[in-house]
Amino acid sequence: MEKFKKMTAIAVPMDRANVDTDAIIPKQFLKSIKRSGFGPNLFDEWRYLDHGEPGMDNANRPINTDFVLNQSRYFNAKILLARDNFGCGSSREHAPWALEDYGIRVIIAPSFADIFYNNCFKNGLLPIILSETIINDLFNAVDSTEGFQLTVDLEQQKIISDSASDTEFNIDFELDQFRRHCLLEGLDEIGLTLEHAKDIHAYEKKQKEITPWLY
Amino acid sequence: MSAKTLYDKLWDSHVVRENDDGTSLLYIDRQLIHEVTSPQAFEGLRMANRKPWKLSANLATPDHNVPTTDREKGIEDPISKLQVDTLDSNCDAFGITEFKMDDIRQGIVHVVSPEQGATLPGMTLVCGDSHTSTHGAFGTLAFGVGTSEVEHVLATQCLIQKKSKNMLVEVNGQLDDAVTAKDIILAIIGKIGTAGGTGYAIEFAGDAIRSLSMEGRMTMSNMAIEAGARAGMIAVDDTTIEYVKGRPYSPDEQQWSQAVTYWQNFYSDADAQFDKVVTLKAEEIKPQVTWGTSPEMTMAIDETIPDPAQESDPVKQEGMIAALNYMGLIAGTPISEVPVDIVFIGSCTNSRIEDIRAAAQVAKGNTVSESIKQALVVPGSGLIKQQAENEGLDKILLAAGFEWRDPGCSMCLAMNADRLEPQERCASTSNRNFEGRQGQGGRTHLVSPAMAAAAAIAGHFVDVETITKHP
Ligand code: SF4
Repeated sequence: MEKFKKMTAIAVPMDRANVDTDAIIPKQFLKSIKRSGFGPNLFDEWRYLDHGEPGMDNANRPINTDFVLNQSRYFNAKILLARDNFGCGSSREHAPWALEDYGIRVIIAPSFADIFYNNCFKNGLLPIILSETIINDLFNAVDSTEGFQLTVDLEQQKIISDSASDTEFNIDFELDQFRRHCLLEGLDEIGLTLEHAKDIHAYEKKQKEITPWLY
Repeated sequence: MSAKTLYDKLWDSHVVRENDDGTSLLYIDRQLIHEVTSPQAFEGLRMANRKPWKLSANLATPDHNVPTTDREKGIEDPISKLQVDTLDSNCDAFGITEFKMDDIRQGIVHVVSPEQGATLPGMTLVCGDSHTSTHGAFGTLAFGVGTSEVEHVLATQCLIQKKSKNMLVEVNGQLDDAVTAKDIILAIIGKIGTAGGTGYAIEFAGDAIRSLSMEGRMTMSNMAIEAGARAGMIAVDDTTIEYVKGRPYSPDEQQWSQAVTYWQNFYSDADAQFDKVVTLKAEEIKPQVTWGTSPEMTMAIDETIPDPAQESDPVKQEGMIAALNYMGLIAGTPISEVPVDIVFIGSCTNSRIEDIRAAAQVAKGNTVSESIKQALVVPGSGLIKQQAENEGLDKILLAAGFEWRDPGCSMCLAMNADRLEPQERCASTSNRNFEGRQGQGGRTHLVSPAMAAAAAIAGHFVDVETITKHP
């Protein structure tokens, strides 16, 4: 898993509540044998005007120009600004896979669906919960200032505005310290187990005497 | 030292370390890999730039998507083909041993591994498949895992796990000749229910279990998951050790006596404590047929379809009504009057040589009923197919009107071309009778191989004892 320490990027506003995982990545794309490559189909139904199926050449599909991700001012966004209950619905891990593959690393919302929130951390995404009021201010700032950037500092647990906007931001955020540690170190569960590599080797060494036929 | 159960011993001998939160890092000796649940795990390894921790611990074979006829033509469905091709290329790239589709050792993972001696007593074994419980028959701790865990095991040879509770299912007494391991496990599930084993690791014990062959014991452990338990196991005895001897992955002569001494520890101590104990009398178990859409909806062949009106629990009653509706059955009908369309003998539950022998014994000199649309026999591996052919079983089955196929999961879950049409009724030796499992709208009745063969001959469910035997 990629480490997350500090990042400055454009934020893209997704101004609707209850964005579910089927909207994030529609079910027809789950047939894939891959964990990567879902990025072009992130928000497929909103992003394109036709019906998407796996194997289509997405570059030649009709684009919904009204959709935020298709507006040039938000190209290269790495932060997703969202509303209540983001990531609800099915537990598919393909949703964080798709967001990550597209390039999103941070999602800021007033609340997240539980499973999605957990799945984010397993895949190097940082979901941040902020109050409704601050989120409203952020939406306004993103709206009014083209190229509006935010710096997300996980070590300091701070979000700071870099651009000259009407409102300056210096926001503290909370999260579980264990998860913070995993993200900062780029540790997934596998990474955590590998921290005990010595113990595993020691176990193997001992077992090799007891059950040599397995080694 | 305090007395331990078989499960305690298996667990304790594999704990690498205990974590602060009460979970343990458990060492996994063997991982079996198939095409459906592994692609994202390999992809994950690649993305994280990781290598398998211990290559030799892994063994792969495609099974779910492989065709069971005209294999030389390859796989027709492009999505199925891609999954199998991906397994091939992943195993090649990482250096994992794989029995590919054209290898005589290919077959259903849960059949292949024991056959190769890759499943051994006293080990931990996982696979991205719920029926991994099968391998518990060897005094092995074996359970199914998800794709992230497949990757976790590939990368670390370990899993982060919490220990389950201990449950003992004892079957004592003398089994009737017509009663097989399949009938025992269905009777157990009928008694404790599909959630009866949830949160437990089940040990099957008692003299009726001891008397079973390894094939029979695998059939039992295979369906532990259908009783809600992730793992089901049976203590090591002479039958176990005899079966394991001389197989390709078994310990060689030099290590053999050390291995046997070690394996003989894997039983529950006489005064070991179980959190739950269930007992059945072998004499009371009759050949079983499931009538509903859950393995716990099972009955003896001489009974009539149960009446929901007699059920006092409203939730259960509703489930029964829905099941009878889906299955197209009327309460009060003797199950032996229900006609069958399709017969499927195969799956990781019942596709081993003993199962095929049992089917052939019933088929010998008899003819599949005109009313049967299709009667399939799908051996669990290429080697079983070969052995059956050496014994002339294929000829007996073909002469009776059965089809003789190539190894794979086949109609157990209908991921390849073998599937039921809506409302077709199937006597199946597989393990799940869920709605749509064998094809959309298909109706599955779980039975033993002998009972399935008997249904093929009679055209309806029938007590196998009434079929004329031709020696
Ligand atoms: S035979 Fe059926 S239950 Fe067994 S592994 Fe294959 S699909 Fe699963």
